[in-house]
Amino acid sequence: MAIDVRIPTILRSYTGGAKAVSSAGESLAELLTNLDGAYPGLRGRLITPEGGLHRFVNIYVNDEDVRFLGSLDAKISDGDTVTILPAVAGGAFGLAAAAAVLGR
Amino acid sequence: MLTIHREIIEAIVAHARRDHPDEACGVVAGPVGSDAAARHIPMENAERSTTFYRFDSTEQLRVWREMDDLDEEPVVIYHSHTATEPYPSRTDVSYAGEPNAHYLLVSTRDPQTAEIRSFRILDGQVSEEPVQLVGESMDAMRSYEENGDPHAVQSFMFGQSPAAVDYECRR
Repeated sequence: MAIDVRIPTILRSYTGGAKAVSSAGESLAELLTNLDGAYPGLRGRLITPEGGLHRFVNIYVNDEDVRFLGSLDAKISDGDTVTILPAVAGGAFGLAAAAAVLGR
Repeated sequence: MLTIHREIIEAIVAHARRDHPDEACGVVAGPVGSDAAARHIPMENAERSTTFYRFDSTEQLRVWREMDDLDEEPVVIYHSHTATEPYPSRTDVSYAGEPNAHYLLVSTRDPQTAEIRSFRILDGQVSEEPVQLVGESMDAMRSYEENGDPHAVQSFMFGQSPAAVDYECRR
């Protein structure tokens, strides 16, 4: 089963510069574990030490943000495209204050 | 150094003024590897906040795919600070995830003068760079005359050092 995975510029150091790689898995969690086998360290940039999806990245299955699809439990099927993008965010607030106020 | 067309800077400042006191954000796309800021794409601030911004993830996917289809990349990622100086906050630095982008900040704290500064943010390191304006701005001037927007910016100030200040008086 082949899943097309799109890699953002900032993470291409893990894939030898490749913009897209092929991997497998029936859920996002499984896919990321398989990806990390082929490209060690990549998973650690996407998943926090506590095991949640990192807030600095957006991951999509086809057109849908996985946060709306059960996050790491999101189901993936043969032929799907998984896109990883850096979340673009920031602002005048300090990070700690923003996290406290936004409950993240 | 960021080299950018005057019309694009005017459009970015107009966007920031429009959304004030909320932070405004967006992208200027350009051909991959060209470092040429060519296509202004204002984005939604999904947070609609005076102190925080976040691209709407669905809109971002659409825009990033469009850039990909056109062999473009984000050359500039901009946002506004509406009550503080245009310098990257710790939040800005921790989120900076496009290594090829110029991070442009606009402060709208002064209603008359927009402060504009540009930075590279790599591995948590912030370095400021000069902004060079090119081109004329007839369209923007015309639309300003026609709309008579009372909030329209009347001058720009680039950078922080007196040598880099460029006053652009319209009237």
